[in-house]
Amino acid sequence: MGIQATYLGMPLAIDDLDVENLAYFKHCAAHDFHLQRCTACGLVRYPPTTACPWCANPKSDWVPVEAKGAVHSYTEVHHAIQPAFKAHTPYLVLLVDLDTQKGKPTEHEALRVMGNLTTPDGTLAPPETVKSVGIGTRVRMVFADVAPGLAIPHWTIDEVAAQPAKPWRYPEE
Amino acid sequence: MPMPDTDTTSPKYLRDKYAIVGVGETTYTRGSGVTTRKLGTWAVRNAIEDAGLKPSDVDGVLSYQSGDSTFGTFIAGDLGIRPNFYMDVFGGGSSTEALVGMAIGLIEAGMCKCVAIFRAMNGFSQVRIGGTGARAAAPVLGDALHGRAYGWQSAGQMFAPTFMRHMHDYGTRPEQVAHVKHFHSCHASNNPKAFYKKRYSVDEVVNSRFICKPLHLLDCCVETDNGTALIVTSADRARDCRHTPALIRGVVGRCNKPRTDMHYQHGPISTVAGRYAREILWPNAGVGPEDIDVTGSYDAFTFTTMLQLEDYGFCKKGEGGQYVSDGTIKLGGRRPNNTSGGHLCEGYTHGLNMVIENVRQLRHDADDSCPTGPDGKRQHTYDYSEGGCRQVQDCELSANLGWANPGTGSAMVMRRG
Repeated sequence: MGIQATYLGMPLAIDDLDVENLAYFKHCAAHDFHLQRCTACGLVRYPPTTACPWCANPKSDWVPVEAKGAVHSYTEVHHAIQPAFKAHTPYLVLLVDLDTQKGKPTEHEALRVMGNLTTPDGTLAPPETVKSVGIGTRVRMVFADVAPGLAIPHWTIDEVAAQPAKPWRYPEE
Repeated sequence: MPMPDTDTTSPKYLRDKYAIVGVGETTYTRGSGVTTRKLGTWAVRNAIEDAGLKPSDVDGVLSYQSGDSTFGTFIAGDLGIRPNFYMDVFGGGSSTEALVGMAIGLIEAGMCKCVAIFRAMNGFSQVRIGGTGARAAAPVLGDALHGRAYGWQSAGQMFAPTFMRHMHDYGTRPEQVAHVKHFHSCHASNNPKAFYKKRYSVDEVVNSRFICKPLHLLDCCVETDNGTALIVTSADRARDCRHTPALIRGVVGRCNKPRTDMHYQHGPISTVAGRYAREILWPNAGVGPEDIDVTGSYDAFTFTTMLQLEDYGFCKKGEGGQYVSDGTIKLGGRRPNNTSGGHLCEGYTHGLNMVIENVRQLRHDADDSCPTGPDGKRQHTYDYSEGGCRQVQDCELSANLGWANPGTGSAMVMRRG
């Protein structure tokens, strides 16, 4: 069965044929981040795919993945396009390198997982927190619950990790 | 001008065998007041007329769109073209050069003889290309949950991690990148048909409001309504056409970084598809970046122009900020870019107008305000001050660098026939 839900006023849907995304978000709903691991080469991939991007094997297992990492790049949105986000500017869209499998199988590859910067409860972060995060900031995954079988993974500042003295921010800051 | 052939595994026998013989466009406007069908018909008709051909001489029609335009069959029908081949492909930027390559293949395969390529869009008054309006409010389905659910939808938002990381990796400064808008706006001031003809300073760009960092409002292109078209045929047939042909030296179409499903998985993310495309483009064309007189590096944003010029090898990796700010890319510089003003100023057409401009440059017939001589040709002054000339002197070779996103690009080298 597919999913239809509303998040921040946005209609979200996953078709019942889309078993990869249904499985991915089901684990998110349990606040337990899982990714597909190839049964042949053992590499983990993001986002969900229908075969292994490295060896084309169609078979995979869903495995738990430690959802911690560092911000690889970001954008800070001041002019929202989608109506759902207009009340939340400025907000951060983060591209986060997971520690898991970083630099594998080749130097510049990583599991780069999208998400907004949120508070630990999965609410979009307030402006003063947005200003404190940049490239290099250590983050951990949190979830915004949406519906049965669906939570959206996000990133929040990792309170216990050693943070860089000054994360890299847009040049004028 | 004879070109030295270099040893290559590419199909170099196709070099100079095909040409762009006609270019056509509508006005660049906001609020066209007409359908995309009418815009497409208008542009294709102008391109056929420009080539000195009749609609019945055209027997192939290619177009690109993203659910926001009219199919080629309607344009063909309106003009009395009976296509031996037509195809409408899905996509925006990077499609132009890719479709020119496909047109060459179609003619080479004997499937048709003369191809019209068009893009017709009401990018301001109907489906807004900046992403606001109906598209922004559409439901978020399936794979889009990994993007749009994060307020990550518009082109600027989607590309920004690449732009930001380039600044991080190479120390690229906003002021350097803002020069792209400054120079392109100077070019547009010499283009009577440009939508924005005002010259902007670097300060005005970096002091304009933020859209999504690192993009200021004036780092972003304009949204306009327009139709644009090209006519591609063999070099043999080109000799009977009205203008000096723009011979096609080499093409690379929709070439990609790894992981086309989500290109950020494969870094460095400050590198774009041109890094891969250049390995096809230059051997196919038998020339290198140092030989090129004028470029058309896609300027959906100031950054896209810089990133592509860098990754196609016009400067060293990481030195794009210097390259776009030192005067090289302005009219009168060593290698001007987007002499029409491009997407930042002339109008937004998903790349086609930048090819039109370079065809005119290679004809030595940029449609500026220079006086027309008794022979009907413009007498170019090469005075590039505001409202003046925009013809590049002795222009023999051009390169168009089309952009879809950081992971996908197309390119084409043309030479004066």
